[in-house]
Amino acid sequence: MAKSAKEIVQSERFRDLMRKRWSVSIILTTLLFIIYYGYILLCGYGKEFLGMKVGVYTNYGIILGVLVIVLSWALTGIYVIWANNVYDKEVDAIKKELIK
Amino acid sequence: METTLGQVNASSVLFFLVFICITLGITYWAAKRTKTTKEYYAAGRSITGFQNGMALAGDYMSAASFLGIAGMVSLRGYDGMIYATGWLVGWPALMFLIAEPLRNLGKYTFADVVAYRLNQKPIRIAAAVGGILVLLTYAIGQMVGAGNLIKLMFGLPYEVAVLIVGVVMLAYVLFGGMVATTWVQIIKAGLLLGGVTVLMLIGMSHFNFNPGELYGAIQTQYSVSMLNPGGLVTSPLDAISLGLALMLGLLGLPHILMRFYTVPDAKAARKSVMWATTFIGYFYCIIPIVGFTAAALVGQNIIKKIDAGGNMAAPLLAEFVGGTPFMGFIAAVAFATILAVVAGLTLAAASAMSHDLFLNVFRSGKATEAEQVKVAKISTIIFGVTAILLGILFKGQNVAYMVGLTFAIACSGNFPAILLSIIWKKITTQGAVWAIVIGSVSATVFIILSPTVWVEVLKNKEAIFPLRNPAIFSMSLAFLAAIVISLMAPDKEAEAKFEDEQLRTFLGVGAE
Repeated sequence: MAKSAKEIVQSERFRDLMRKRWSVSIILTTLLFIIYYGYILLCGYGKEFLGMKVGVYTNYGIILGVLVIVLSWALTGIYVIWANNVYDKEVDAIKKELIK
Repeated sequence: METTLGQVNASSVLFFLVFICITLGITYWAAKRTKTTKEYYAAGRSITGFQNGMALAGDYMSAASFLGIAGMVSLRGYDGMIYATGWLVGWPALMFLIAEPLRNLGKYTFADVVAYRLNQKPIRIAAAVGGILVLLTYAIGQMVGAGNLIKLMFGLPYEVAVLIVGVVMLAYVLFGGMVATTWVQIIKAGLLLGGVTVLMLIGMSHFNFNPGELYGAIQTQYSVSMLNPGGLVTSPLDAISLGLALMLGLLGLPHILMRFYTVPDAKAARKSVMWATTFIGYFYCIIPIVGFTAAALVGQNIIKKIDAGGNMAAPLLAEFVGGTPFMGFIAAVAFATILAVVAGLTLAAASAMSHDLFLNVFRSGKATEAEQVKVAKISTIIFGVTAILLGILFKGQNVAYMVGLTFAIACSGNFPAILLSIIWKKITTQGAVWAIVIGSVSATVFIILSPTVWVEVLKNKEAIFPLRNPAIFSMSLAFLAAIVISLMAPDKEAEAKFEDEQLRTFLGVGAE
């Protein structure tokens, strides 16, 4: 027999899924904030460091600027990998167990 | 260097006409597939994740970021690059916080999500007005930009340029709905990414494909300060506030959020954001290189002579490395870019007017398919004509603040209501409505009182509100209003529906 929305939502398995989903979201969002605002604050207060040369002409500023974009992209990728491999499977399992 | 920029040149007109012919051809094909509301607003939910990622990129990469950031880097160096990073970081946040819930909960507009558990009419009115305000300010900026850029590139009079953009865009949206708009975005994104890649590669071939050599040329030609952060980040509060608006404003842009309803399910929504982030991240990685290359090869004097803001740096670089035909191509790409963005804005505004206001407010959810599509088309014309008229009205005005205003309203007005309605059980109708009203109004008032408008546009001596970017205050006010008002008068009925909503948010059960 199909369970009511309330029963499913209050089941331990569903609550666990929600907890996991928001933990992953909050951790990744926090990392994103640290990466981006760390960079912005460096642009304001770490001008000397960013101006230091890595190569003959290239400096840390240019490298870090590109790195902010690459890392933001990578965080998005991490989320997708997690969602495809963990979240989707758990969702399918819950749907099978509780709804059908 | 002599430039033919600003004269009608055969290659740019030819490229542009080819683009118009292809896109109008697609619109004709799409028109046959655009009969129902689901087709008109959401392309029948038949767009794949990859296609939608491309279309999202096409919706988001405006001429302002293409020409503007290249120009900013060419004239101000490193500071332009700081700006470029800000335009990307909203995408991961969109993915982590709202992309999948939004797809699972909504039908055609973001107001569907906010109104899910709440009293339909007040929410729909507030969300539609907040959404249209965002779209209108965005459209004014785009239209004025279109008029100015096209005048610079093709030598067409300002009004004619605005009119061409308006009429062609209306043709896409009116006849082809979301199907045509999506394909225009996809083609535009492909042209823009391809064009900028070729521009960057030919430019870099002058430096043996070695970025170090390019930076060396910049340092010798100008000074080392071009490669270092300058005065963009002076006040940390302002910088953080700008960052917040750029990052979270994306999560409140109706034309971006609407695109999630064109894909079949949450998994495809996830895929769309991944692809969009990939394309947009790549774009913002290479745009600074285009700017630096323009500074090194074309030279700042010539760039400034053509346009003091540097907006013509990329087309000038194209002319330098590839002659008039290549410049014509890049100019046509810029034109196509503006067209595609304005088409996306118009369709989103039409859905807010017809789906939210007409169907759910005036008709309490009861109207036939034919009526709805008809009203959607009338709304399209109303918004399109308004955008054209405002574009002409704002001729010669400094509208640089418009983009900031758009993102500030989006992140203060729409975003808090959307996020809270997804995650917070206790949100009430009053709480959500006041969040949208207080967020939108305070963002607008703060910007008017800020140095950007109060001093630079209205020519007053001193700004009343100190920050250029009010998001940190206006968004906090909106969250505060939503929480306090919701807690003061709890809504048991809305709380009782939260479990249904969660089931749909997380499992996609019952999603349309």
